[in-house]
Amino acid sequence: MMAPTGFIIKQPGIHSLLQDAGRFGAFNIGLTNGGPIDTHAFYWANRLCKNKLDGTNIEVSIGGLSVIAQVDSVIAVTGATMPLTINNEAKDLWRSHKVKAGDIIKLGYATKGIRCYLAVSGGFQIKEQFGSTATVCREHIGGLAGSKLVQGDFLACNMIKDTEKHKTNLVLPEKSRPSYTPEVILHTIPSYQQRYFSSHQQRLFFSSEYTVSKHNDRMGYRLEGNTIACDTDGILSEGICHGAVQIPADGQPIVLMNDRQTIGGYPKIGSVISSDTAKLSQLSQGAKVYFEPISMDKAHNLYHLALNRFNRTALMTCD
Amino acid sequence: MSVTPKDKITIQIAGENALIIYFGAKTNPEILDKVQQAESLIRFHMANDIVDLVCSYASIMVVFNLLANDHHKIRSKLRTLLQETAVDNVNTIKHRAKLVELPVYYSPESGPDLTLIAQQSHLEVADIIEIHQSQEYLVYAIGFAPGFAYLGEVDERIAMPRLSSPRLKVPKGAVAIADRQTAVYPNESPGGWNIIGLCPVDMFDINANPTMPVQVGDKVRFKAISKAEFITLGGVTPIKGIDTK
Repeated sequence: MMAPTGFIIKQPGIHSLLQDAGRFGAFNIGLTNGGPIDTHAFYWANRLCKNKLDGTNIEVSIGGLSVIAQVDSVIAVTGATMPLTINNEAKDLWRSHKVKAGDIIKLGYATKGIRCYLAVSGGFQIKEQFGSTATVCREHIGGLAGSKLVQGDFLACNMIKDTEKHKTNLVLPEKSRPSYTPEVILHTIPSYQQRYFSSHQQRLFFSSEYTVSKHNDRMGYRLEGNTIACDTDGILSEGICHGAVQIPADGQPIVLMNDRQTIGGYPKIGSVISSDTAKLSQLSQGAKVYFEPISMDKAHNLYHLALNRFNRTALMTCD
Repeated sequence: MSVTPKDKITIQIAGENALIIYFGAKTNPEILDKVQQAESLIRFHMANDIVDLVCSYASIMVVFNLLANDHHKIRSKLRTLLQETAVDNVNTIKHRAKLVELPVYYSPESGPDLTLIAQQSHLEVADIIEIHQSQEYLVYAIGFAPGFAYLGEVDERIAMPRLSSPRLKVPKGAVAIADRQTAVYPNESPGGWNIIGLCPVDMFDINANPTMPVQVGDKVRFKAISKAEFITLGGVTPIKGIDTK
């Protein structure tokens, strides 16, 4: 039998997690979704490696990851502006690179945005739990041992069999790459307990500037700004969807993200659309956000337009 | 507090790919029964449209596949199904509820908030234990954390509001009360419920099938055990991890 092939974690960085597209269908036992918090960058990383779109890759928050290849492969890094080197030579993000066994791939610290995705050809081969490899630290589920990557972790991946497939490298043209600005508009579908917020409070919510607080993580982004009052102080606990904006008793909104609790009893004023939660996930403390109301129909249109743009955007070859 | 007119089923928007069905605004077994009947129907008839469901007390959140559906189509399918629920032809797929007995080591050592509840309720600690274990509870919802089951309804005499400041650490197995709900913490976590004892049974075992001893709609009864029995059943002493803040 051949020795397993893969990558070894030399330095895990600040917070690096194995993620596939997320865990679905396990809400009935209390398991949340997990999965890539910036889906847009995640899918591009897989496409650049010619993987299935839901292939398992590494979500690197803030930076500091360093891995050693034990196998000839192809890698791609997408997302926040993070200096990438292969064997100490600076390399571009948003394109694929061939690597050889023994190469050291290193990410510095993000200067714009905070999260990157490192994909390898074929995706990392990780055992699924409840149908997904997504790591949710709070639940101790997914990834290698339900936790973030640590030094010495071995991530299996297959050797490239079809060299023809990876003859040329691929790059996403610059004009199609997102720019991570420290100000984001969060299009929000009024929903849930919206009617329990007076029209004055709703106007205040949709016209105020909010600042990302230090309490921001994969579970939720707690914001600071004008206090929003709700006419009801509690509701029967109910399902919380991705992007839901919860208004707790202190009136400071929390946008609930991938690792959110599945049910909760705080009133919610609406839900942010997924293409904007992806942008939010690239923000850190001090960044500014604004909520803007959007209808469900318009949200669906935007979703399909974004998907269509993603599918239509052709990758260019490069060397 | 009320979210919908009494007992009228409404379907509302939750988010980009989710609708939420409200069956009422109260906690009671009849409404939960409707929730469960509807859940069975949705799972059976809309398996290709839905990604996930969250059933809780009086609502079902339906997460749908946005690639193949829009919310109008999902809403209309749900409405048709729920009308069928109204004509009550779903008894054939009713959930078969089971009764699960959970042992609890109740004591001030394992349940640091027993004395607080005693003070507030003007009852003896022994009475609180007796009241807590003398009834069956219905599993109304599962969520918050893997394996966390919301059980109701706790006798009004021992109902206690959440702690004003949550503990940073509640031990695995903590049996606790918040208002008229009670639960067993499946794992160590932060939490604001009043702890009255410890249960040595695993509420969530990732390697077991099923992973949980209960599901929504089941009944739970607690049974007081001694410290010696607690240890025999795998309970760990001395009890660590209760942050007494």
